[in-house]
Amino acid sequence: MTTLVHTPARTGLSAIRVEAVPVLIFLVLALVPIAAAFGPETYWLGLFTRVMVFAIAALALDFICGYGGLVSFGHAAFVGIGAYAVGILGAHGVTDLLISLPVALGVSALFAFLTGTVCLRTKSVYFIMITLAFGQMIYFVAGSLAPYGGDDGLTVRARSTLLGLPLFANDRVFYYIVLGSLLGSYMLCRAFVVSRFGRVFRGARENATRIATIGYDVFRYQRIAYVIAGAIGGLSGFLLANATEFVSPAYMSWQRSGELIIMVLFGGIGTLHGAIVGAAAYLLLEDTLAGVTEHWKLIFGPMLVLIVLFARGGLLGLGESLRRKLFPGRSDP
Amino acid sequence: MTEPVLRLEGLRKNFGGLVVTDDVSLDIKPGELHAIIGPNGAGKTTLINQISGLLDPTAGRIFLNGADVTALPANKRAELGLARSFQITSVLPRFSALENVALAVQARAGSSYRFIGRADGEAALNADAMAALKEVSLADRADVMAAHLSHGEKRALELAIALAMQPKLLLLDEPMAGTGHEEGERLVGVLQRLKGRFAMLLVEHDMNAVFALADRISVLTYGRILASGPPAEVRADPKVVTAYLGEELE
Repeated sequence: MTTLVHTPARTGLSAIRVEAVPVLIFLVLALVPIAAAFGPETYWLGLFTRVMVFAIAALALDFICGYGGLVSFGHAAFVGIGAYAVGILGAHGVTDLLISLPVALGVSALFAFLTGTVCLRTKSVYFIMITLAFGQMIYFVAGSLAPYGGDDGLTVRARSTLLGLPLFANDRVFYYIVLGSLLGSYMLCRAFVVSRFGRVFRGARENATRIATIGYDVFRYQRIAYVIAGAIGGLSGFLLANATEFVSPAYMSWQRSGELIIMVLFGGIGTLHGAIVGAAAYLLLEDTLAGVTEHWKLIFGPMLVLIVLFARGGLLGLGESLRRKLFPGRSDP
Repeated sequence: MTEPVLRLEGLRKNFGGLVVTDDVSLDIKPGELHAIIGPNGAGKTTLINQISGLLDPTAGRIFLNGADVTALPANKRAELGLARSFQITSVLPRFSALENVALAVQARAGSSYRFIGRADGEAALNADAMAALKEVSLADRADVMAAHLSHGEKRALELAIALAMQPKLLLLDEPMAGTGHEEGERLVGVLQRLKGRFAMLLVEHDMNAVFALADRISVLTYGRILASGPPAEVRADPKVVTAYLGEELE
């Protein structure tokens, strides 16, 4: 082989090409607390903390859904489990995050492993239905936890601490911790997607039979990805319980799972940072429209339909095609 | 005596009341190219699917290099050195040609449970993948997304994927199907070059290709092996001529 000059192949991952967008997203998120200082600070900090918490769960969903074709309709279950880990441990006086965080991640990962073992035997619509079923199951389990508030949920008396230090007590510090968690989850998922593991996982969505006949156990790869997504969902729940200082079965209702799917579609599926944009757009729109009219869903619903119909790549795709219209010279190969 | 690479013993497959594989037994020796011919609906693809592990036989046993693999899933059989192509092209459409092949290289080059580090930048994987693409004359199309390749190129890509697995046995399910005359010729040339390197089981309708390539031919009708032997013998067999070859060879 004399002239094997070869540049790494383009992988079809549109996300990797446009690096400016994720940088911009995280820059904006990092600057929010500074801008918030000029307005109703608690309100803005609270809203954007919420955005980032849901963005973590949404990007985990995008990881399995956008790259692996595993459309989970029960992703809120992991968020709920993470939140309940904080709530239940807190009710017993355990607030240290060195305990509650591993428990939140561990239990949601375990739930993902067990349910994934069953769910991943099925495909397409059946997968959607069975993940939904498991999600509802855990929802009713939470609602029946009488010592922990049952349907009403329970108040988290104190935010998590680190070795006794009230690390999360300050809203601004907590905001940056959530931002760090989001950035960490995002970087991790991005690394996974392009890794050897990720290549097999992505390949399985393209053509599972082909992947099996070249020697990969598709089920095992998918289950690992499912557990990763579950654990990240648990992280989101851990942060959610701390943010709202309240835990309720509503966190894991099927509506919540649906909202997460909508966030992913809204922002642009299969991009990871699209999930962040989607979560932000969803929650900010909800917040704004709810301020205008109590029938905000009447406006929100059609908007969603329009986005899905006319902007295939979600808001990111919309932005990309706008950019191409405005600067046609810089067309992509 | 050398161990056959593939041995089928009394293989049988029923779909409800329909018998699609009827007591099929055959051996393929190392380096041998064994062709299976037969009319449409004879159960050729069903047979290949059972050998590669995508379908469970109703009865009978399958041995790869002497090991009973009848109960093993497709991916385990691939690990044991079985590669296949599909009648309907089966590639990863949104992966580049190179990545399609690199993924096959990756399957036998260390663990794929690696979560950090870009896979598409691994020089060793890409070099081996490139070598396989060269063998099927597809090197200059390495960076093209598989979905954008021509039909013949996709067929060649499937072959490159199989080659990259460094198989002991290659199952080819109508590799010429749907290709034009020139592309077909090219594929025959490629197979001719590969012959002897590993055992092959070729299912093909193109009789010129079959008689040019095969060391042995089995004729399958209604799921049953009607005749089996060297090409000249099969060609002369009166049963075969009436059942199948008659119209095609005249």
